[in-house]
Amino acid sequence: MTYPEIPRRSWVQRWHVKGIGGTVVLLVLLVASSQMTGVDVGMFFSNFGQFMNLLVRMSHPAWDYTTVIIQPLLETIQMAILGTTIGAAFAIPFAVLSASNLIHSRLLRNVTRLFLDLVRTLPDLLLAAIFVAIFGIGSTAGVVTLAIFSFGMVSKLFYEVIETIDMGPLEALESVGASKVTIIWYAVLPQILNQFISYFLYTLEINVRASTVLGYLGAGGIGVFLQRSLNEFNYSQTAVIILATLVVVLVIDGISNHLRRVLL
Amino acid sequence: MTQAPIISFKGVNKIYSNGTVGLKDISFDIPRGQFLVVVGLSGAGKSTLLRTINRMHEITSGEITIEEEPINDYKGQSLRLLRRKIGMIFQGFNLINRSSVERNVLSGRVSYYPTWKTLCGLFSKADREMAVRSLQRVNLADKLYTRADELSGGQQQRVAIARTLMQDPKIILADEPVASLDPLTTATVMDTLQRLNREDGITVIVNLHSVALARKYADRIIGLRAGQLVYDQPIAAVTEADLNKIYAEGAEA
Ligand SMILES: Nc1ncnc2c1ncn2[C@@H]1O[C@H](COP(=O)(O)OP(=O)(O)OP(=O)(O)O)[C@@H](O)[C@H]1O
Ligand SMILES: [Mg+2]
Repeated sequence: MTYPEIPRRSWVQRWHVKGIGGTVVLLVLLVASSQMTGVDVGMFFSNFGQFMNLLVRMSHPAWDYTTVIIQPLLETIQMAILGTTIGAAFAIPFAVLSASNLIHSRLLRNVTRLFLDLVRTLPDLLLAAIFVAIFGIGSTAGVVTLAIFSFGMVSKLFYEVIETIDMGPLEALESVGASKVTIIWYAVLPQILNQFISYFLYTLEINVRASTVLGYLGAGGIGVFLQRSLNEFNYSQTAVIILATLVVVLVIDGISNHLRRVLL
Repeated sequence: MTQAPIISFKGVNKIYSNGTVGLKDISFDIPRGQFLVVVGLSGAGKSTLLRTINRMHEITSGEITIEEEPINDYKGQSLRLLRRKIGMIFQGFNLINRSSVERNVLSGRVSYYPTWKTLCGLFSKADREMAVRSLQRVNLADKLYTRADELSGGQQQRVAIARTLMQDPKIILADEPVASLDPLTTATVMDTLQRLNREDGITVIVNLHSVALARKYADRIIGLRAGQLVYDQPIAAVTEADLNKIYAEGAEA
């Protein structure tokens, strides 16, 4: 009886070429990029005094200003919820079209993914600037920006979830004679729903934070007030806005973290 | 006069896209109402054979007819109607784990509805009652609202059978339905298939690895080796020695 020969490792595997090579490349890139961009860590410490100065001026929050900013804060949250929902809703069909286990046409899949990649490369601040120009100052521009931003992000997260599902139930429904759409509804959706909701909440968290910054560009919400107080050097108002935003972000994060723990 | 076969293979070949021969020149008939067991070593082509019958796999050449209709060219609606009358049971049960037993069973009925109705879950009262009756036939009616993944393996396989019953099938294909079950649950699942065969006249085709089970339940046993049909006998003519030969690796038939 002859035994089959044990395969030999190629020299690439034997000398761990990929691991070592990757580490070296990474280090070189790190050093090179810090030199080329001229990041000066020292400056951060030498200008620390100015930062402290600002903090001191913000240390007397104008508490009665709180009543003024409740409305814009709510608007910020509404913008985030609306934008995330619209973006996620549009993301679902695109995620299905990008999932290699559902769509066998490589062409269709790659075209969809290319489109999603393009959307993701658009920075949200650029989008906000464009939509403020189109829709004027106000929350419409913010919602549209957040919707597109969430769409790009969520569609990728969604299709990666879809690609990990168990294909057995799909096979069973196919053998039953179900149509494609029915198969997705019955066999795919229950498997991904919780993860979808979890990613939705995660995106919502990010969007609540992002929408404060977007407001700064005139896209509605609390950011508008933030910008105004800074322009007027009214740091006691700035302090209230920052604290209130912090509270909102913490609450939203808390709720969404709790829900996600329950779901997964 | 003898009745026309419900399934007929005529010179069927299947070559996978990577060149593997799945089936080689298979020709045989399956009469209506038969309990057929397919045996053979791992990789012999049992699953391939089964899956060509409901076109989950395409064949390369030859012809398969079901109720005297060639099925090779079916697509879209006609393919779905073909699949509707052929139930399939899997080794891994293939239930939707996070859904209720009821929804799993009802999902066997979706091909009787337009897509939009299945999306809204608009099943008729009669079909909901049918789901309960199907579960009663596999002795699981009390699990109607349980989540599928809370059931044992044997129970899950019986839910899968109830799902198949919702199709009102003329043929049931079962690909190693008991391979992951203990002896006791194996018996309940196999008995259920036998009952459907005898009481409802459903033609049943089962892939099995166990020679003992094959002899206990089959009307007829066929054997595959390397994609070829190497054995075909009614149960009365089957001997232990024959079956051992099918499983003897490398032996000549
Ligand atoms: N999708 C596929 N692509 C390529 N080759 C395949 C594919 N599916 C099966 N095969 C090959 O076809 C042959 C028959 O496989 P099949 O699954 O029908 O065997 P089987 O008798 O069901 O085996 P088992 O008892 O292990 O389930 C095997 O050599 C297998 O490797
Ligand atoms: Mg198999």
